[in-house]
Amino acid sequence: MNAPHPVQTFGNFLEEIPASDEYLILNFSPSSAPRKRRWGNYGLSADFLGDYFSAFFPGDEPSEQKINRRETVKAAVTYIANELIENAVKYTDEVAGLPIGIALYLYEQEIIFRATNYAPQQSVEKYQAFIRDFLSADPEEFYANQLEKTALGQEESSLGILTMSNDYGAKFGWLFQQQATSSSSTSGSVPSLVPSLVPSSVSNSVANPVQVVVMARLEV
Amino acid sequence: MEIKTEDYRIWYEPDISTIFLQGFLRLDGMEAYKPVMDLAINALERSPLHLTLNLRELEFLNSSGISMLSMFVVKVRQKGDVEMTLEGSDKILWQTKSLKNLQRLMPSLTLILS
Repeated sequence: MNAPHPVQTFGNFLEEIPASDEYLILNFSPSSAPRKRRWGNYGLSADFLGDYFSAFFPGDEPSEQKINRRETVKAAVTYIANELIENAVKYTDEVAGLPIGIALYLYEQEIIFRATNYAPQQSVEKYQAFIRDFLSADPEEFYANQLEKTALGQEESSLGILTMSNDYGAKFGWLFQQQATSSSSTSGSVPSLVPSLVPSSVSNSVANPVQVVVMARLEV
Repeated sequence: MEIKTEDYRIWYEPDISTIFLQGFLRLDGMEAYKPVMDLAINALERSPLHLTLNLRELEFLNSSGISMLSMFVVKVRQKGDVEMTLEGSDKILWQTKSLKNLQRLMPSLTLILS
C-alpha cells in the first residue's frame, strides 16, 4: 500500500462538482514544441470556451446595458479561461510531461471553471504563500498594494487571480496534491503519474510535481 | 513607431500625442511586453505636456498586459509633468472592469469610456 499523498485545499474548493447538463473539458497534451509556438493555441482555446458558453445566453434581450448578457458571458469566460490556462502553463513542470486541463460546467446561476496542472514543488510554495496572503487580506487593499508593487516592478505580476476576483467577482478554491514518487508507487492500484521521465541523475534532488487544481466560480 | 502582427497593432501619432493599441493582446508574461513598453516610453518622452492612450479598439488584454499598463501609468506619474488621458470603450467588458483600477495608481489620470 502506498501512503496517501498529502492534499491541501485553500479557499472555497468543491471536492465534488455538482452535476451539470452542460460541460466541456479540454486537455492539452504535454508538448515538446516551444512554448512560444503553443501560446497562441491557448488563447484560441479561451476564445472558443467564451464563444461556446455564451451561446447558452440570450444575445438580443432589451437592456439598458451597453453590453448584452451573451457578450458579457463571452468576454468574462474568455478572460477567466485565458488567465487560468496561462497560469497553468506558467506553473507547469515541463519535465514531468503531464497534461494541462481546463473544464467548465454551466449552471443556472454560475459557471464553474476547473483548471489542472502539475507544478514543480518550488513554484507551489511561492503560489501557496501568495494564496495565504490573498485569502487573509482585505481584497480591495490587497489589489491596490499588489498593483502598485507590480507597477514598480518589485514583484512578478500576480494580477491574474486579482483581476478575476476583484473585477469579475470570481470566487476561488485550490487543491494541491503531492504526486507519488516513482519508487513508492510500485503497487499496481495507483498509476504512477510521474514515470521515469525524470532523469535518474536528478530524481533525488528534484521533488515530484504537485497536482494543482484551481477552481473559479463565476456568477452569470 | 509601430508594432504590427496578425493579432494587434500598436502605434504612436506624434501630431496628437496619442498611443493607439488595437486588437487582441495576450503576450506570454511581462517580458514579452517589453517592445510595447519601449514604444510607450519613447512616446512619453516625445509628449511633453499631455499623452493620450487610445484603447477603444483593444478587444482583449491579458493580466500581464494590465501589469504592463500599470507600470506605464506609474512611469508617467513619476515623470510628474505629463497629464494622461485613457480613452476606452464602454462596449468592451474588460475595459469597463479593469481600467478604473489604473486611477488608483495615478489619481489625476483622466479615464473616458464611451
